[in-house]
Amino acid sequence: MTATPAQTTPATLPRAGVKPGRVLMYALLVIAALFFLVPVYLLFVTALKSPDAINLATSWHWPSALNWASFADAWAKIGGNLGNSLFLAVAATILSALLGSVNGYALSKWKFRGANTLFALMLFGMFIPYQAVLIPLFQFIKALGLYGSIWGLILAHVVYGIPITTLIFRNFYADVPDALIEAATIDGAGFWSIYSKVIFPISVPGFVVVIIWQFTQVWNEFLFAATLTNTSSQPVTYALSQLSGGQAVSWNLPMAGAILAALPTLLVYIVLGRYFVRGLLAGSVKG
Amino acid sequence: MKGLSKDRLWSIAVLTPSIILIAVFVYGFIARSVYVSMTDWGNDPAQALAEHPIIRWVGLANYGELFTGFLQGRFRQELVSTIFFTVLFIAGCLILGLGLALILDRNPRGEGVWRTIFLFPMSLSFIVTGTIWRWMLQPQGGVNMAPTLVGGAPSTFPWLSSTDSVLKFDWNKLPLLTASVVAVVLIVVAVRAMQAGDRRRTVVAAVCAGVLLLWALFVGPNLKMLPAPEYHGFNLALIGIIIAAVWQMSGYTMALYLAGLRGIPEELREAAKVDGANDYGMYRHVIFPLLSPITLSAMIILGHISLKIFDLVYAMAGPDNLQTSVPALNMYLTSFRQNQFSLGAAIGTVLLILVAFIIVPYLASQFRTEEGHA
Repeated sequence: MTATPAQTTPATLPRAGVKPGRVLMYALLVIAALFFLVPVYLLFVTALKSPDAINLATSWHWPSALNWASFADAWAKIGGNLGNSLFLAVAATILSALLGSVNGYALSKWKFRGANTLFALMLFGMFIPYQAVLIPLFQFIKALGLYGSIWGLILAHVVYGIPITTLIFRNFYADVPDALIEAATIDGAGFWSIYSKVIFPISVPGFVVVIIWQFTQVWNEFLFAATLTNTSSQPVTYALSQLSGGQAVSWNLPMAGAILAALPTLLVYIVLGRYFVRGLLAGSVKG
Repeated sequence: MKGLSKDRLWSIAVLTPSIILIAVFVYGFIARSVYVSMTDWGNDPAQALAEHPIIRWVGLANYGELFTGFLQGRFRQELVSTIFFTVLFIAGCLILGLGLALILDRNPRGEGVWRTIFLFPMSLSFIVTGTIWRWMLQPQGGVNMAPTLVGGAPSTFPWLSSTDSVLKFDWNKLPLLTASVVAVVLIVVAVRAMQAGDRRRTVVAAVCAGVLLLWALFVGPNLKMLPAPEYHGFNLALIGIIIAAVWQMSGYTMALYLAGLRGIPEELREAAKVDGANDYGMYRHVIFPLLSPITLSAMIILGHISLKIFDLVYAMAGPDNLQTSVPALNMYLTSFRQNQFSLGAAIGTVLLILVAFIIVPYLASQFRTEEGHA
């Protein structure tokens, strides 16, 4: 049944009529939606203006002529970085999803004494401010000879992704009945054959959540990107920050760049939103 | 039985690489950072990037410098800023998120569309959000020009460049203020324990509060951290960044609250109605109490995000805007622009301690209950 604010509305109103409570509800929804969407309007309007048409006083106006060249210009400046980000996000996501899957399987189905404590210690890594490990991380990546290469960045993302991917898979596998595992054990299956024949085939939803979550996180990350890479390997977040930070740049360029940098994760969110939300909720640690 | 133990060995073997990686990259690196923060690496620029720099042990000198040194006023302002930022950001996200969730829980038409709209900023990077809002908050454009759309005069608030600050206090009074605040909290704890009939806790809390208050009254005022008064407060230039951060993250609290609301069994609401509760009473006595664990979760997640936020600030106000800077940004600049590694490591450690205050009790409580059931 729908919740109606009947108690607060005067009884004299006709029942079938427009209820003030509903009107107020929609009014509030529209106001909230404006708060969330107005920045998007300004983003597109500015990106579609030619540099000389961009004027602070007319920032709200729809452009008289659409200037699609902004996107080509932005692509020329950060296209390579988008490629870096894509490679980085895909590689780091696949590796951390696989690692998280076997970790979650081991932690939820083959519990040993102290497994929970171990997991809590692992999970702490998800919350630390990376500033507290940045200098040793930088030294370490440098010592490995990976500074300035995308592989150093992948390593960092895979390692610091272990807590969250393990957490998501652990919670996902917790819902798989233990009886299933026991039955397979009686049939003579061991750790790996249970994983490959029972667990892995039903893991698709878990993988979807983890892949979306990790892809978004890695794509959007900035601190490691700024610290561990150089010009040739910088991901798009860093390139975008440089694009908008410069003084002489006209504003259509960073706006178009922001759209390009936002598109992949935005698409993932719009197409697979349900799983995105599930990842979000998993991040709030419901043990 | 033998097969079972082999399987358990496999499970430990599978976890070993991750355990080693976390041990090194989290705990090892934290230890290394703490060590670096107690050296003078980088304090002499000539030595910072040398092949074999001469590094000396200096103990807590870097921390002393951060909290009381003449040159580190920027850090102290950032520490104050980050506290204000965190409180306002959490409050904004909770209020907006709860409001949106309560509305969506009333099943408006097109619920999925509304939800999508409120949640999409979550999928963006703070750098993208920052780039957009930097343009929105230009002094002579965007938000400030919005009133002209309805015929009003443009606003003139200097969003990211305001130098005004409110709620200022003298840094020298910090020990005094902290002691007083903690004492007040302890008094509340004591009163609550007394009401609950827990005599031991009442006595302990009351005695601690008393000692702190005595300290604040008699020792605190004589303590001088700095030779001259140094005022810090809430910089108004941060307001714009807080709004952008709430824009990005309030969808998250909405999703949390909505999941919580949807998890409340319909029978419970029905029962409350049968008992004669009106809407207000039902929310006040049935729904909000059930949502309080979610509020705590959200506060903890948002709190740790906000303490380490810096990419949003970097993208919106630039790295060198003193009015809006935060410790996480300062750490990056100090370490990787000025190559003052030990000072940077000290800032990182302070951040870690702040975050640990929030996270460690949370993780401990989450896993204590779970281990009890296992």
